[in-house]
Amino acid sequence: MSTMNTVGRPTAPNAGFDNDYKHPTLTGGRGLLQDEPLIFEGEGWGKTGVDLPKPATDGSDLGDLVRKDPIGLPGLSEPEAMRHYVRLSQKNHAIDLAIYPLGSCTMKHNPRLNEKMARLPGFSDIHPLQPQSTVQGALELMDNLAHWLTTLTGMPAVALSPKAGAHGELCGLMAIRAAHEAKGEHEQRRKVLVPTSAHGTNPATAAFVGYSVVEVAQTDDGRVDVADLAAKLGPDVAAIMVTNPNTCGLFERDILEISRLTHEAGAYFYCDGANFNAIVGRVRPGDLGVDAMHINLHKTFSTPHGGGGPGAGPVVLSEALAPFAPAPWVVNTGDGYKLVEREEDEAEQAFGRLCAFQGQMGMYVRALSYMMSHGSDGLRQVAEDAVLNANYIKARLEDLMSPAFPEGPCMHEALFDDEWLKGTDITTLDFAKAMIDEGFHPMTMYFPLVVHGAMLIEPTETESKAELDRFIEAMRLLAQAAKAGDVDRFKGAPFHAPLRRLDETRAARSPRLRWSAPEGSNRAG
Amino acid sequence: MRYLPLTPDDREAMLAAIGAESIDDLFIDVPQAARRDGFVDLPRVAGELEVERALSTMAGKNATASTVPFFCGAGAYKHHVPATVDHVIQRSEFLTSYTPYQPEIAQGTLQYLYEFQTQVANLTGMEVANASLYDGSTAMAEGVLMATRVTRRNKAVISGGVHPHYVKATETVVHAVGVETQALTAAVDAEDAVIAAIDKDTACVVVQTPNVFGTATDVTKIAEAAHAAGALLIVVVTEAVSMGLLKSPGEMGADIVAAEGQSIGNALNFGGPYIGLFATREKLLRQTPGRYCGETVDAEGRRGFVLTLSTREQHIRRDKATSNICTNSGLCCLAFSIHMSLLGETGLRQLALLNHEKAVATRDALAAIPGVEILTPRFFNEFAVKLPKNAAEVVQTMADNGVLCGVPYSRLAPDAGLDDVLLVAATETTLDADIKILAASLAKVLAA
Repeated sequence: MSTMNTVGRPTAPNAGFDNDYKHPTLTGGRGLLQDEPLIFEGEGWGKTGVDLPKPATDGSDLGDLVRKDPIGLPGLSEPEAMRHYVRLSQKNHAIDLAIYPLGSCTMKHNPRLNEKMARLPGFSDIHPLQPQSTVQGALELMDNLAHWLTTLTGMPAVALSPKAGAHGELCGLMAIRAAHEAKGEHEQRRKVLVPTSAHGTNPATAAFVGYSVVEVAQTDDGRVDVADLAAKLGPDVAAIMVTNPNTCGLFERDILEISRLTHEAGAYFYCDGANFNAIVGRVRPGDLGVDAMHINLHKTFSTPHGGGGPGAGPVVLSEALAPFAPAPWVVNTGDGYKLVEREEDEAEQAFGRLCAFQGQMGMYVRALSYMMSHGSDGLRQVAEDAVLNANYIKARLEDLMSPAFPEGPCMHEALFDDEWLKGTDITTLDFAKAMIDEGFHPMTMYFPLVVHGAMLIEPTETESKAELDRFIEAMRLLAQAAKAGDVDRFKGAPFHAPLRRLDETRAARSPRLRWSAPEGSNRAG
Repeated sequence: MRYLPLTPDDREAMLAAIGAESIDDLFIDVPQAARRDGFVDLPRVAGELEVERALSTMAGKNATASTVPFFCGAGAYKHHVPATVDHVIQRSEFLTSYTPYQPEIAQGTLQYLYEFQTQVANLTGMEVANASLYDGSTAMAEGVLMATRVTRRNKAVISGGVHPHYVKATETVVHAVGVETQALTAAVDAEDAVIAAIDKDTACVVVQTPNVFGTATDVTKIAEAAHAAGALLIVVVTEAVSMGLLKSPGEMGADIVAAEGQSIGNALNFGGPYIGLFATREKLLRQTPGRYCGETVDAEGRRGFVLTLSTREQHIRRDKATSNICTNSGLCCLAFSIHMSLLGETGLRQLALLNHEKAVATRDALAAIPGVEILTPRFFNEFAVKLPKNAAEVVQTMADNGVLCGVPYSRLAPDAGLDDVLLVAATETTLDADIKILAASLAKVLAA
């Protein structure tokens, strides 16, 4: 593989567009933004940034098991490392910088108290297989978290170990499958019903567990078509997977009817809890007839998104599914806490184990810290403010943009389609890239699939009114510019980001997924 | 409520702008029967101090690895992490960003993922690595599923040296889609036993090195046998530091590497969050699970990075996706990558040798105790010993005396009939004094 040049070419002024590039810089650096090469392209070969004692062994006792060839890992001194990563960091948008309105992602403020608590050595410096008598406080924390989650959802049990939302879906569907097996109905029930508006993980998870996926239609008002659902339910259906509030940002009005029909058909109701933030403290999924629901701790309960993980996806379970929860789980014996690590020990019906240890302890600490900080009153306020913020955005933009479902309130996110861009030659993507130039992270684009050119905006409750107004003002100015035919502003955007629009097609067509030494060099890798 | 910026006046003004009388108007779609007035039965809002006190009290009830002589391994390892790592991963731009859906304003995340993928590929000796999975055990499960897709066969042969929790986590998932597994009997040094189990239905062979008993194995022969039968070899590694000293899985013929990366840059965290490393050969790329970052150019020809190959993934392919995973272990990748960048090749090798040195010293100290038998012939930083007593009881007694002496094998696999086997790990953090205390108190407990 050949390497590309590492110093960017100076940016040419965009014809007829008044931007920053009247005087291109000589080096490619811009203001506080430095071009930062890859660690493999520097002088780090043979260098190290750690001081370790000289080993007394050369590993020769391991004979031919020892590696002889170079590995290909450059090193950086501490100052170089610090600069490298700080320079990289400055090319990222983040919640701490400005609103991050990705629909379905719940990008709320990440309290630093949570970080401080997760780093207490009593939580971070304990081993998953220490004797249980030495980690009673950790088990107590897990038990506390379980209590908060089950109380908030009105569900009797929770499986904590799933490591992300999709992993939680897997847990829920495995429990459903195990319940059908226990009743001797697994062979006949091989279908899972999923609405068209669902996250892609829903059908993927169903297929992952061996089910075939049947799509359920959506009504004109953005909800599950109950008649279509009823027609598709039957003795061959294992479960339905419904997101509520759904991915259009709407509460499923017929939810009680949906769960009743599902249970009558002998199937279970899996709820995707991605949008629990909209109802936490106000509505309990247990009261809606839900049998299993994952809770994204990184959404509703503020554990950091971290550039894409790690998250956590505990699953609350109904009476019917609780016996099938996977190991491990915590039991409060009254005389201390016990971690049950083998399903055979206490529950013959548990479906197995989802990961090596106890799940995402670091996230449990952060989530509990967040819940305790809010309390039951604060959490209810969270849902109310999240919904209020979304409706405020919808109300302030609906005269210029086209809400996908204008009738009635939305929940925690406002969904627009691209109807209002008709005839402008500007796409949702173009509009999003222009938002970047104005200093905002775009909303979720082209999801849900049921809405053409979808723009899904979720502000969360942690945006102040002033920040919302700033965002709304920018959106309005952009919408007006789009309608006024200022096409260049959008087509070429972004102009002001660290990079201009990236060629994603090229990346997929000839994948380059790693750095390789230039031909003729003697570098490893 | 300190995290909620809206004031009562704001709320009123906003409701007016919306044209709603009260907040309840925005919840009208919730069926009457499911509406709850008042607060759920949980404590009310609490200040920082209060929360900190409550959680610190819980944390205080746990014995931490750094404050006692500590020898637990079995898939999670106590290493020293440079201060730089934890500082950098707490930077706002890394901590509070998300999946890089908008690459123009996420080059920070994307570039470190690209560097991470290169580091993992080189460390494992493979051509490509993805942007990580949840942890080592889920990576193994994904590896087995991928092997069934690649070979169109339906059986996995699993060595008796693979961590029992990994086997369980894998079986739980793959049995659901009808993949058969043949997990061989646990044995300290039995990697070659998998060769006899390979047949025409074998999609893959899974071996771990160093294995759960610490045994380091050259799996080249197994790779050859698997390939001759048209099967893939999956190599599991639970101690990533070992690859700094031992031959890489790629060099020995692995087709897929599923590894736990916690040892580099990440704390013990009671089992999570950890980081699943997943590496393979380029020709198998389209069948892999998870996320990739790839290189491309921007509209002006400058290099940049994007998430790519997403047509394999759930958000595009839905029920035809290679996996349902929708994330990676982003911040743990960053921690791994920073620590690895600080170490560099020389530092990593040195670190690996120190681990080996401490483990050898620990073995020598234990071998001198009457009744203790060392079971593992060649190991990296962990080995198994046979005790003249029940290992779980010994571990408990030792813990009561303030020494965390290792993991009893029976805790991982109670039915294996290996109740007298103890797994002992040492790392660069192990002090000579710790080894002395371990040996002295173990001798005392065994003599009692």
